[in-house]
Amino acid sequence: MSPEARTALLRRRAFLKGAGRGLGAAALASLLTRGLAAAPGTLSPTHHPARAKRVIWLTMAGGPSQLELFDHKPKLAEMHDQGMPESFTKGQQLAQLQGQKLLCQGPQFKFTRYGRAGMEMSELLPHIGSVCDDICLVRSMTTDAINHDPAHMFMNTGSQIAGRPSMGSWVTYGLGTEAEDLPGFVVLTSTGKGRSPQPIAARQWSSGFLPSRHQGVQLRSSGDPVLYLGSPAGVSREAQGADVAAVNALNRRRAGEVDDPEIATRIAQYEMAFRMQASVPDLMDVRGEDPRTLELYGCQPGDGSFASNCVLARRLAQRGVRFIQLYHRDWDHHSLLKEELPLRAKEVDRACMALITDLKRLGMFEDTLIVWTGEFGRTPMKQGNKGPVGRDHHNKAMSVWMAGAGLRRGFQTGATDELGYAAVDNVCTVHDLHATMLHLLGVDHERFTFKFQGLDAKLTGVEPSRVLKELIA
Amino acid sequence: MTLLPLILAASAAAPLPEKVDFNRDVRPILSENCFYCHGPDASHRKAKLRLDLRDSALAKEAFIPGKPEESELSKRLDAEDPEERMPPADSHKKLDERQKAVLRKWIAQGAEYRQHWAYEAPVRPAAPADSAGVDHLVEVRLKELGLAPGPEADRRTLARRLHLDLLGLPPTPEAVDEFVNDRSPDAYARLVERLLASPHYGERMAVTWLDVVRFADTIGYHSDTPRNVWPYRDWVIRSFNQNKPFDRFTLEQVAGDLLPDGGREALIGSGFNRLLLTTEEGGAQAKDYQQRMLTDRVRAVGAAWLGQTTGCAQCHDHKFDPITMRDFYSLGAFFADVHEPDIGRREEGMLVSTPEQEARLAELAAATAAARKKLDAAYPSLAAALTAWEAEFTAPETPAKKAKAKRKDPDAALAAKAQPILKKPADKRNAGEKAVVRDYYLSLHPEALKQERADLAAAQKAHDAFRAEIPKTLVTAKAAQARTVRILPRGNWMDESGEIVKAALPHYLPQPKFEGRTPNRLDLAQWLVSRENPLTARVTMNRLWMQLFGTALSKNPGDLGAQGEPPPNQPLLDWLAVEFMDGKWDLKRMVRIIVNSRAYRRVSTATPAQREADPYNRALARQTPVRLDAEFVRDNALAVSGLLVTKVGGPSVKPYQPDRYWENLNFPVRDYVHDQGEAQHRRGLYVWWQRTFLHPSLLAFDAPSREESCTERTRSNIPQQALVLLNDPTYVEAARAFGAAASAQSGGDDARLGWAWKRALQREPDAEELATLRKVLVERRAAYRADPEAAKKLLQTGLSPAPKGADPAELAAWTHAARVLLNLHETVTRD
Repeated sequence: MSPEARTALLRRRAFLKGAGRGLGAAALASLLTRGLAAAPGTLSPTHHPARAKRVIWLTMAGGPSQLELFDHKPKLAEMHDQGMPESFTKGQQLAQLQGQKLLCQGPQFKFTRYGRAGMEMSELLPHIGSVCDDICLVRSMTTDAINHDPAHMFMNTGSQIAGRPSMGSWVTYGLGTEAEDLPGFVVLTSTGKGRSPQPIAARQWSSGFLPSRHQGVQLRSSGDPVLYLGSPAGVSREAQGADVAAVNALNRRRAGEVDDPEIATRIAQYEMAFRMQASVPDLMDVRGEDPRTLELYGCQPGDGSFASNCVLARRLAQRGVRFIQLYHRDWDHHSLLKEELPLRAKEVDRACMALITDLKRLGMFEDTLIVWTGEFGRTPMKQGNKGPVGRDHHNKAMSVWMAGAGLRRGFQTGATDELGYAAVDNVCTVHDLHATMLHLLGVDHERFTFKFQGLDAKLTGVEPSRVLKELIA
Repeated sequence: MTLLPLILAASAAAPLPEKVDFNRDVRPILSENCFYCHGPDASHRKAKLRLDLRDSALAKEAFIPGKPEESELSKRLDAEDPEERMPPADSHKKLDERQKAVLRKWIAQGAEYRQHWAYEAPVRPAAPADSAGVDHLVEVRLKELGLAPGPEADRRTLARRLHLDLLGLPPTPEAVDEFVNDRSPDAYARLVERLLASPHYGERMAVTWLDVVRFADTIGYHSDTPRNVWPYRDWVIRSFNQNKPFDRFTLEQVAGDLLPDGGREALIGSGFNRLLLTTEEGGAQAKDYQQRMLTDRVRAVGAAWLGQTTGCAQCHDHKFDPITMRDFYSLGAFFADVHEPDIGRREEGMLVSTPEQEARLAELAAATAAARKKLDAAYPSLAAALTAWEAEFTAPETPAKKAKAKRKDPDAALAAKAQPILKKPADKRNAGEKAVVRDYYLSLHPEALKQERADLAAAQKAHDAFRAEIPKTLVTAKAAQARTVRILPRGNWMDESGEIVKAALPHYLPQPKFEGRTPNRLDLAQWLVSRENPLTARVTMNRLWMQLFGTALSKNPGDLGAQGEPPPNQPLLDWLAVEFMDGKWDLKRMVRIIVNSRAYRRVSTATPAQREADPYNRALARQTPVRLDAEFVRDNALAVSGLLVTKVGGPSVKPYQPDRYWENLNFPVRDYVHDQGEAQHRRGLYVWWQRTFLHPSLLAFDAPSREESCTERTRSNIPQQALVLLNDPTYVEAARAFGAAASAQSGGDDARLGWAWKRALQREPDAEELATLRKVLVERRAAYRADPEAAKKLLQTGLSPAPKGADPAELAAWTHAARVLLNLHETVTRD
């Protein structure tokens, strides 16, 4: 248990003593097992020493094109506008290209070698390129799903069936959180400027069959940052506090009469809610940040941008939040790839670099796991039936990168075939990614289970999956 | 943290039973630790050994009945060599000493097997009739455990419990007083009857069922767009209120379209088959979604009626239960004839009109037809003008690049269609072509037949507008062609190598023979509620028990299989199941039997001895306090405040919701506009159910998204619940209305606070409670008098107007006192 969590626990105990009505063991157990945000998880201690204390997951919702960003295919350029050899595509899943003539589509942007590692990446990512000696790039990721909604579900929950817990919920269930006055699993979304982005569903951060307190809490850039966080108009902080105190005094009195352990939990949750009403606005208020920091990220306070969310992610990490997930929408380039992709890249490139640089400056890079993924990749085939050229959904190959938390630096692994159609070397699955992330958090994915429908349900499902040990320093 | 293992250790140390019972004591151990590799799933079976069947286990010499020490099974459990030891290390399973002792004793006693308890037909145990039967069977179990039943709860608690359990609404203080003062011996039974006859009974019962069938207003996947189904929700409410027998209730839902005596009501019920998740995503593939929808339906039927986790058999034979992949896909094949587009927008559904609406719609259709006839009759008068026009006509130039834009313009489209025809000689044109030319002429000459055309347009518009207002609902209709269903190896829809299967009932359950024909959905529905089926009545009674006691008799209501729980009081569950079937599936009768029992009426507080001996109250020496379900948290606050609109049924409603909560929805982008008027204060079960973004106040209190069948809600206790009750405008407005009502009572502060207390909790406050609440009122009153602007701001929350002429500071202060009451744990708890 961290010192912070211990303090929290002691405070709770003192509080209970103060309640003084002999709530007893059952109440304390209820409080510890279902109550507070700042509480240890079920895996205490972890299966093995953790390399990562927390996760920041950057999700590029819509499916960014690896063929323009990370996976350079000169042969595809040579074959541009020629028929895609049937040997690649026969009998395979297609999304919007069903029934279309399949033509090769060469990369639309140049690639450059970056860093000491000479990592080949797009000209669209100069800033990520500038920190590529800190990242670990996987070009051979695959997924099972080919449509957005199921693919997001698979990426977050390891299953395409609704109702499973997302990874953030699993992680806070297992590891608890060190955040005193904040939820353990926080979600932030931002949207690219201009087009009509793909929807994302709240089920992507649902706790599924795990206890609801592990569900992701969305922090919003406008209105109440947490739903219903603000006191009603005309109710001062002092008045709110007085009401909460009265509710708790009456609940405490009731607890003395009926000995229902849920009452002690409810009292603690009202205290927590009241503290959140102050702590969340404090978290969201970035005006105290050094202007140079905001400049590094490239954002203005309160602009709701991906870059702003990266600043908030860093602030959440500093406050002990266990799992932070950012979504940046509008990477679904069926069309206008050449026009739109540079805009999306620009919206995230600098901020990703800044996040890594900032965490290094604060000495937190070593124990923070950063993950950058879409929900699937894009086809080497051209899509021209939706306007100016784009690429379709693709599940045979995508690129993801990770950084921090004991991962190798400036490391690249995995490869696709010469046309970038399918991962062929060191093929990785989403379950492998999950297993690896859990491993870095000190968790053996095989032993981390929750009873559901009679099964010891796991994030990594029933098929064998492996920890990508080659990525770990 | 050290406490939890202690609790577990206590149960592990329980003494061994005199006679080991296979289903109660042994199967759970084997299922949890052995069946994964030595169970029903052949593809994963190790060493060709299966332990779920006695003959197979004996054939492989897994044990020697009567000789535990010589049996391979017990040797393996204690083997020193990790290679030999079972379960193996990589299974992460481990038997404790008691479990090993149970297995040894079972072998010593002959290693008898029994059919899994839930697959044997329930047998009525000896017990008196009616509620006394429940009490007899509960008390037998209590005696076994040496537990004394608790006393009956006081009348106020009973009245509150009954109202919340049967109606989902709190009683008024007057109703409680009436009951408390009614000293006649049947006062309680009469209260039960009054509540069972209330139209709100159906609303309460519907909430549980709507979870089970995953009822929602939207399609679920991707764009999560609306569909028309709310009349199905009203059908459910109506069915419970009319006490439709549960067998008929089942038939109408699964096969309402196939019932010879079905009619419109049964068709609305058949909307059940349409409640699944569907997609409108571009690029979705037909076969992928055919597979998703088939599996979705099988899981729902499995959960709702059979209490079986059928979903496990989508990719492999079930690990613990005898459900094979063939069973799974054969069950899916029953639904292969249901019309369901693979991808895209659902149809608008069947019109659910009142007789008046039907008559009016017919009138409007007749008026439209008459106007059309009049116009048709007038066409010949155009002949001369048309000929003259055509003689002079030259086609206008259409620039090629504007062609696309023109296609969207109906006039331009008409022109494009007419121009080639105009090149033909008039006498070579067919009737259709002549009509096109005429319509083109009319489009260029707005003055021609102006009146006739205007009349037709107006009639059509009136008809369409009226039709649009009539409720519509998705129902089951036969697909033009039934879908082919095959076993999909590993659940992979791209693998078409699997065998094609026809509809068939799960092979391991008792069933009729369908000689020479393939059974259809009606056969399935009839089998679900047949006497042969050992599951449906148990599943239904188990769920009902959960609704009335907080925990089901077999604690996982979605799984009565091997990994579920053998009910600690199986005779009670079986008695209820048989009673239910013998009583012609009369649900109200079963509710009546249960709530009239002494077991139901006990206090919910535990003595230390009870808590020690039975921490989870499985033996039922007492009742259990339960936090209200999400919808009833809302209903309770609205009812107490006096804002609740008690109208039953109708389109789903949209209460206040935070701005931009739907910002991540698209196709189309949607603004949430909350309702005005009475729709704002309807019960929670009518709230618009947006699957991907369920209303956040309901979500905070564990309402499920209903993307999958939900047989049991989690009951969490999280900070978001405090934020909702404190800050959601719905609750602030309720506090405001409640406070205003209290302040308008006669008497001083204490009398008025006492009135409010009684409305919220149906009991008097004690002196300390009253003092705490008085302090809130007095302090706020002083603060708002000093800052009347703040008071005015608070009073603006919500649509309902503040009483005219009242002092804002006074009203605001009372709002706070009311708000404290609405936030109490006791207020949102049914004791």
